[in-house]
Amino acid sequence: MSEVAVPEMMMPPPAMPAAFQVEKPVPGPGMGDFSYVGIDAILEQMRRKAMKQGFELNIMVVGQSGLGKSTLMNTLFKSKVSRKSVQATSQEKIPKTIDIKSVSHDIEEKGVRMKLTVIDTPGFGDQINNENCWQPIMKFINAQYEQYLQEEININRKKRIPDSRVHCCIYFIPPTGHCLRPLDVEFMRRLSKVVNIVPVIAKADTLTLEERDFFKQKIREELRANGIDVYPQKEFDEDAEDRMINDKIREMIPFAVVGSDQEYQVNGRRLLGRKTKWGTIEVENIAHCEFAYLRDLLIRTHMENIKDITSSIHYEVYRVRRLNENNTAIAHANGTGQILS
Amino acid sequence: MAATEIARQAGEGARAVPLAGHVGFDSMPDQLVNKSVNHGFCFNILCVGETGLGKSTLMDTLFNTKFEGEPTQHNQPGVQLKSNTYELQESNVRLKLTVVNTVGFGDQINKEDSYKSIVEFIDTQFEAYLQEELKIKRTLHSYHDTRIHACLYFIAPTGHSLKSLDLVTMKKLDSKVNIIPIIAKSDAISKSELTKFKIKITSELVSNGVLIYQFPIDDETVAEINSTMNAHLPFAVVGSTEEVKIGNKMVKARQYPWGTVQVENENHCDFVKLREMLIRVNMEDLREQTHTRHYELYRRCKLEEMGFKDTDPDCKPFSLQETYEAKRNEFMGELQKKEEEMRQMFVQRVKEKEAELKEAEKELHEKFDRLKKLHQDEKKKLEDKKKSLDDELNGFKQKKTAAELLQSQALQAGVSPSAFTSLLLTQQAVFRVMFIRHPNRREQTETGRDYLDLSNEKRAFSCLVRNVLTWFMLPALMNTTQLYWSSLI
Repeated sequence: MSEVAVPEMMMPPPAMPAAFQVEKPVPGPGMGDFSYVGIDAILEQMRRKAMKQGFELNIMVVGQSGLGKSTLMNTLFKSKVSRKSVQATSQEKIPKTIDIKSVSHDIEEKGVRMKLTVIDTPGFGDQINNENCWQPIMKFINAQYEQYLQEEININRKKRIPDSRVHCCIYFIPPTGHCLRPLDVEFMRRLSKVVNIVPVIAKADTLTLEERDFFKQKIREELRANGIDVYPQKEFDEDAEDRMINDKIREMIPFAVVGSDQEYQVNGRRLLGRKTKWGTIEVENIAHCEFAYLRDLLIRTHMENIKDITSSIHYEVYRVRRLNENNTAIAHANGTGQILS
Repeated sequence: MAATEIARQAGEGARAVPLAGHVGFDSMPDQLVNKSVNHGFCFNILCVGETGLGKSTLMDTLFNTKFEGEPTQHNQPGVQLKSNTYELQESNVRLKLTVVNTVGFGDQINKEDSYKSIVEFIDTQFEAYLQEELKIKRTLHSYHDTRIHACLYFIAPTGHSLKSLDLVTMKKLDSKVNIIPIIAKSDAISKSELTKFKIKITSELVSNGVLIYQFPIDDETVAEINSTMNAHLPFAVVGSTEEVKIGNKMVKARQYPWGTVQVENENHCDFVKLREMLIRVNMEDLREQTHTRHYELYRRCKLEEMGFKDTDPDCKPFSLQETYEAKRNEFMGELQKKEEEMRQMFVQRVKEKEAELKEAEKELHEKFDRLKKLHQDEKKKLEDKKKSLDDELNGFKQKKTAAELLQSQALQAGVSPSAFTSLLLTQQAVFRVMFIRHPNRREQTETGRDYLDLSNEKRAFSCLVRNVLTWFMLPALMNTTQLYWSSLI
């Protein structure tokens, strides 16, 4: 009598693939497939490991004050994750210089744990002279890369290096309806090289649909004219399938979003929205605003991809630059002109 | 939308916040899995064991395919490692499997160094990964990981205890790789002997401090099954790729006259347990252990050996880089010194050789001069000889005219010329012979010894004889004729 230890997940008999394959004859009735090897059980193992370890996500929000950044964060994650909830003062004072405030939260959904860090930049673009307002932000981003690099170079390093690198930066464009301001262009141009930028049109309920489309088109043109590559970047598309999906997304950026953390009764259901005298704007209704697309992009479909691009492309670029400049410094100090390749 | 409010313990510096609705990041594990599926997996197994214990067959049975390769010979001079990579695919998962076999393990007479090549191989794989990680422009994402994730150690089914070779090898390998010991060809041992054997093996391993791989029991989902399996280590396996009809099914089995050993029957052997543990439950954990424990240990040792240390936070950053640079400069300095030395040695050698060659040249010149002088001497000698021969010739000519005069005188005297003429004729003939021969001889002596072969020597000799005869006899003849005539008159 043959007995087989039944694995936890009974996989259905797989189809016959081409090339050098694991041979699988037709399974007998009732019993499991004896010649099934079980390689695809590794997917289940990976999933278990991922659930145990948890995930990390660091989002930075950049934009002038009053554009609804904190509200949007709260709406995205359906809880009070912005810095305002941690802040003691309710009065909003515009700081003299750009502050970088980061708040971390542990959230869990259906067994998946995530450490979410929201990095806020109050004071950006609020001064009279906004020259070099991107510098503190660049410094912060580079400091995170530096910290990760230091930990990686260590001889005794931790099992899991804590990842504080900024994965995604959401840039809020004020809904002027005309075109991008020079500040926007400058900032995005500089930062698109070090971090994934997702531009959004804030407070989009002030624009009608035609104005919105026109605005978006202008923005896209200007981004193209200035050579700014926002997420999803064209050059990192892996295959035709990716390109197709990403092209659809690229047609839609920048997303016109409306944020709200208050619920109202609409058609017998309680929905998040903004109530005005002329109607209620439903946040999750794609006819009203594109919040749902942004949420899907950021969280439900492309989160892993965003983190991947940050760690394998932006971080590597930083690492190469840092190690090379260290080489030249040492080479000059030693009086030789040799540079390590 | 259902509210999922779960209050959680806050981590360091992080607040736990409840969610008021469905956000959607529970798809993260799926996204991760999809990315991995697109990327493919790789798994590397090392099979260590004596020749003939059924390593290749077991691999074939485990992965249900026929890997190529013939059985190895028993006469290898040392232990070699042969690695083969295969691409397997099951449903949508692509696995790049590398199987490394030890060829010739345990076949030598002196087995002291058997473990060395295995340890070297494992270290080489770690080294390759470390090099890739330390590069400036690196591609860790698409790097083909060749580090050994699991080592199956095949124990011969003696039934008594571990061999000392096994103990020594396992002790050397336990800090470098995850060791899973298995009893090979276990259909040679009966059930009762098997339990005793297993107990003996585990106690020997424990008493010698060998750390074999324990299946992880910290994850609740698999803790139970893993802990039961841990108790069954080492697994007693039987491998077979042949199929036998049992009942109405074809199963993998080994057929003996006294019965059939079914590979997938838990009562017969532990093959199913091995496959379960190795592939279906713990493959990912094996890979992780290799990366986080064994590789990190190797990396730490290697870097410390190279002279790097972790500096305190207030020291300058990138001490790694600077130490490396300092070492590199040191090394380059040494290299340059060696180069200088070699160059000097080379120059010296060249000088010596030059002096030697000059001397040889001088010698040759001297020799040439000597030979030239010799040649000139010879030439002079020959010319002298020629002159003397010319003188001779003139002398003979004079004598000839004198003789002819005599002849005419004799004719005037009216004496019967026949005897005298015959004498004179002979005299003339002899002269002619001499003259004819002379030029030849002159030629011969001028051209040198090369042309002086035996015939010429004979001729020369005969000429000499004739010369002597004429020189001596002719004047005598002439005197006698003069005397005769004078007597006649």
